[in-house]
Amino acid sequence: MANTNSKPAKSATDPREVGRRDFIVVATYAMGAVGAAAVAWPLINQMNPAADTLALASTEVDVSKIAEGQAITVTWRGKPVFIRHRTADEIARANAIDSAELRDPQEDEARVQKPELLVLVGVCTHLGCVPLGQKTGEVKGEYDGWFCPCHGSHYDTSGRIRKGPAPTNLEVPPYTFLSDAVIRIG
Amino acid sequence: MSAEKFSNPVVRWIDHRLPVFSMLDHEKYDYPVPKNLNYFWNFGVLAGLALVIMIVTGIVLAMNYTAHVDHAFSSVERIMRDVNHGWLIRYIHMNAASFFFIVVYIHIFRGLYYGSYKAPRELLWMLGVVIFLLMMATAFMGYVLPWGQMSFWGATVITNLFSAIPIVGESIVTFLWGGFSVDNPTLNRFFSLHYLMPFVIAGVVVLHIVALHRFGSNNPIGIDAKGPQDTISFHPYYTIKDMVGIAMFLLLLAVAVFFFPNAMGHPDNYIPANPMQTPAHIVPEWYFLPFYAILRAVPDKLGGVLLMFAAIFVLFILPWLDRSPVRSARFRPVFRIFFWLLFIDCIALGYLGGKPAEGVYVVLSRIATVWYFLHFLVILPMLSVFETTKPLPKSISEPVLATAKGAA
Repeated sequence: MANTNSKPAKSATDPREVGRRDFIVVATYAMGAVGAAAVAWPLINQMNPAADTLALASTEVDVSKIAEGQAITVTWRGKPVFIRHRTADEIARANAIDSAELRDPQEDEARVQKPELLVLVGVCTHLGCVPLGQKTGEVKGEYDGWFCPCHGSHYDTSGRIRKGPAPTNLEVPPYTFLSDAVIRIG
Repeated sequence: MSAEKFSNPVVRWIDHRLPVFSMLDHEKYDYPVPKNLNYFWNFGVLAGLALVIMIVTGIVLAMNYTAHVDHAFSSVERIMRDVNHGWLIRYIHMNAASFFFIVVYIHIFRGLYYGSYKAPRELLWMLGVVIFLLMMATAFMGYVLPWGQMSFWGATVITNLFSAIPIVGESIVTFLWGGFSVDNPTLNRFFSLHYLMPFVIAGVVVLHIVALHRFGSNNPIGIDAKGPQDTISFHPYYTIKDMVGIAMFLLLLAVAVFFFPNAMGHPDNYIPANPMQTPAHIVPEWYFLPFYAILRAVPDKLGGVLLMFAAIFVLFILPWLDRSPVRSARFRPVFRIFFWLLFIDCIALGYLGGKPAEGVYVVLSRIATVWYFLHFLVILPMLSVFETTKPLPKSISEPVLATAKGAA
């Protein structure tokens, strides 16, 4: 620093000298920041779903064995999926109301591909509990669909929220009919 | 007073109540460092960097690892194949472990050559040996976690060292294993301790640095700084010099990770652990080989174990074995010869530790082992008395200024 042989006064006052050094400093820090971000990315990205987890993203189900009025639960991406073979009465009840009055307005027919087969992600849209109503004898709630025991949300026979804290209807997962008997979820 | 130093009002407000910025400032600018340090003085910082790399990559690996005998191996393979960038993170962890030992070994030999262990830095040196021991324990337990053949049999052999202890040996080994062989309880406790120990190391590193800053760094000519004319501030001079070393270190680490990721490993560890079959030739990781050679050189079980541990513990008492008042080997012509002989001896032990224990290798291992202890226990104390050292310069500045005048 204290090099008496050079002319420190000149380099300190010369604006071009200062500007060049500033540029190098900023460029160095910027390059360092890019490098740090490039190093940080793999360390963060490893927390995203791994290849084997993504490979489990679809599930095939034979729905021909589900009797009318019966419901089964399958696993898709680690979550329960409710598949209910609805009775004519249940379908009628789902269509009997004016959907515009619901908290999350949606027609029943917009939620099914075949009216008798209702497929839902069995996770309450409030805080993620699994609602009751799949097994015989379980509480189905006031609207004969599903009832979440955690905070008392009532879903109807179309899986729409009718009463309680949940903000939206039970989610319908993407699924396709591979044949009349088999659907693929995901 | 100190708060006046900062222009940023938020920094000033915090520093007035919690003087962390003053402390950093003090370390950066006020801490005097001898102005003649060469690149060998980079290796402390590099070891610290290696520790940080190991902890960071280790924490993210632990997010994807399963410490169970049935799942450990496949969870490591899952990291290699399925986890995003898992192969990169694991290869960095594997290779940085080796690099950690490389820089620490250079750091240790630097200390041996320039007499950095001598008064008043004895405790600094001894804390360094503690860090080295903790590193060896951590590395050993980390190598067990992938649960390959080398993991399993390495764990079996090393824990069995303790069975050499008379009377209580067998009970100690059973205690270490948590059973009657290396099994799931062993793996679980090794994982727990492998996660804990780096933080213990970090704690001892803090003590190491506190002890270092008491008297400051030693330097290549080994005499104390006589005043401001012999020192420069750590920042920006040595921060920049350390950055050069760090860039080289990271470059070489990248070469190893991307081009030779398994060069310092052993292929047998990609075979899942099989408690029914020992691999034909089992060797520890390369950084343990000199000590492994000493272990095998002794034809007695207890003797071999004792001598292996003694090889490290002799370093603890080194400041009292080498009583010569001259620190740097630059002024100790005879010591310098023996230093290089010791260096060759250690390399030879490392080579012999990787060879099968038979024939000429056993004989050579014994010679090298004897020389190792002869150096510390006989040669160093005798040199302290008989060696004629060269005259020391009056100050750190003197030889530099003399050369400058000669050149001009």
